[in-house]
Amino acid sequence: MSASKLLSWGHYPYAPQAGHPLAWREGIQATLREMGERFGTTLPFGNGRSYGDSCLAATDHVLSLRGLNRFISADWTTGVLRAEAGVTLGEVLAVAVPRGWMLAVTPGTQFVTLGGALANDVHGKNHHVRGTFGRHVRRFSLLRSDGASHECAPDENLELFRASIGGLGLTGIIGWVEIQLMPVRSSRLTVHSRAFGNLDEFLALSRELDPQHEYGVAWIDCLAGGAALGRGIYLSADHAVDGEFASHPKRVRTVPFALPWSPVNRVTLKAFNAFYYRRQAARAGRAEVDYASYFYPLDGLLEWNRMYGRRGFQQYQFVVPEAAARDALHAFLRAIGAAGTGSFLAVLKRCGELSSPGLLSFPMPGISLALDFPQHEAKNQALFSRLDAIVRDAGGRLYPAKDAHMSGADFRAAYPAWQALEQLRDPALMSRFWQRTTQQ
Amino acid sequence: MKNILIIGGSSAIAAACAREWAGEHANLFLAGRHETRLDAVAQDLRVRGAGQVGTYVLDVNDYPQHRPMLDACLAELGRIDIVLLAHGTLSDQSACERDPAATVREISTNALSTIALLTLLAGTFEAQKSGSIAVISSVAGDRGRPSNYVYGTAKAAVTTFCEGLRARLFKFNVKVLTVKPGFVDTPMTAGLALPAPLVATPERVAADIVRAIERGKDSIYTPWFWAQIMLVIRSLPGFVFKRISL
Repeated sequence: MSASKLLSWGHYPYAPQAGHPLAWREGIQATLREMGERFGTTLPFGNGRSYGDSCLAATDHVLSLRGLNRFISADWTTGVLRAEAGVTLGEVLAVAVPRGWMLAVTPGTQFVTLGGALANDVHGKNHHVRGTFGRHVRRFSLLRSDGASHECAPDENLELFRASIGGLGLTGIIGWVEIQLMPVRSSRLTVHSRAFGNLDEFLALSRELDPQHEYGVAWIDCLAGGAALGRGIYLSADHAVDGEFASHPKRVRTVPFALPWSPVNRVTLKAFNAFYYRRQAARAGRAEVDYASYFYPLDGLLEWNRMYGRRGFQQYQFVVPEAAARDALHAFLRAIGAAGTGSFLAVLKRCGELSSPGLLSFPMPGISLALDFPQHEAKNQALFSRLDAIVRDAGGRLYPAKDAHMSGADFRAAYPAWQALEQLRDPALMSRFWQRTTQQ
Repeated sequence: MKNILIIGGSSAIAAACAREWAGEHANLFLAGRHETRLDAVAQDLRVRGAGQVGTYVLDVNDYPQHRPMLDACLAELGRIDIVLLAHGTLSDQSACERDPAATVREISTNALSTIALLTLLAGTFEAQKSGSIAVISSVAGDRGRPSNYVYGTAKAAVTTFCEGLRARLFKFNVKVLTVKPGFVDTPMTAGLALPAPLVATPERVAADIVRAIERGKDSIYTPWFWAQIMLVIRSLPGFVFKRISL
């Protein structure tokens, strides 16, 4: 359909994109040039899982790449897999897991495409041992509006390789991606959950336990105050050492439509978070689960973003360096409490030392926190400017893939390599995010 | 392991069916016009678990090439359990209205080539005394609508031909399935303004086709609700039908 109306995951900013579908790798450059001539600029669009405006074209005309969803080759003895950029991580897992291979790095949803994972240099619950997605990218093809077709790898076109990883889709169209998978001995995970009473306990737990486990992440109740500020559940996990190899097609449910108002408010949030904390704390202990329920708890509820109503929501994710983390997180949670808003389960994760090849990669050694806020223009603006100051003062930064608000000054200060990316940007590509943060 | 021949192997619906069969480790033979696209689909199917995957560059309007294509397929697969005819073009109705040659060409691509291929394949399946032939027709063949009656005419011919062939091959234990999809989101329909709630994904349609072949059905609408829609459209009397522009 040409009339397809594509939105970013947060539905904010509300800017429906006209999707121009691409179905075949041949002729990508010609289409890109043609789009450039017709509209000025465009932007590659994968599966629409970026939250804010980094996946929205400045012209609202995107090149929809989900049709580029074919595998190209797979070597099941070495775990090297090459596929077109529109293949989703879930599609990779469906063929790889039964053969004993897992993605080395996966974010919290399997509905992102390989191209999107590369362009946002996504990370997961094992950042402390595997780094970002970009570290496991061996090669990719990059097609540009001047007609050029490059293969990029650490030993070939290194500049474009580094600029494209975390390059927000601005360096060209990624045709295919070759990744290194990770061998596993089971498709199941042994998960150990522990309740913690406050932030300090989390910091101590993750410092001690992260190095001992492949995965480590925590969910916190950001609405609990006082002595319980930052209480939550810490989940460490490892791949089971033996067992079956099954890709689990989970039973899924769909949120059928967005309500005109958001049922997510302070009362429901507080009740839900407290309920969830108590339930999980009561169940703390060891369990064996299939990989999908550990990695992708929200994928079982399709279109969950609709829960935030028609106005949508914004996700706020930042990372702050270890040294400043404790004070910054306390100040952050108190600011949220004082503003009388809050989020469903907030995700807290310690990021490791492993550096990414990407120029504009988000993670840094320290602590990352992600929260969702129902869209409310005045409330969010006031709160976010206070939160931005806390992150700035702590020497941290926000995640462009989640962002719809950060100031150009903050972005440019936190990502000084932006100028190198700007120089390599394909002139036919421009996102609303890039325009907002670098062109004004 | 099933052996499957697909004509129009790089079409979106065909490729989605082929992925389902690749998951069952079937051997596949894909014929179609574009060599690079066939190769891309074949590579994809191998990674997804298919056994052998062969390709053959074929323009269905080049009738003398039908026999060599079938021979190449039989040489590679030995026998054919399932054949899926999925090739086709969506006719530019207004161009056809101005140009008799364009009309004839559309009828050739969407009806005559299919009928020629089916006639050829019927011999092979009759001799095998087993197998399934699935043909993608269309809801457009149910009624001559002003917006696309050239395409509809071709599909009506295919539907009627399949009905006769089904009865002929029934005695030989060969199944013939007529598939009537509604609107499907494929490159063929890109650029059309279609009512979004009625548009199905190729994967949805493919799942219906694969299941209908397994169950030995005669004819299906896909998605299922098109059976109801077309029941209403078929029952409109001619004096009403000619006054509305569908």
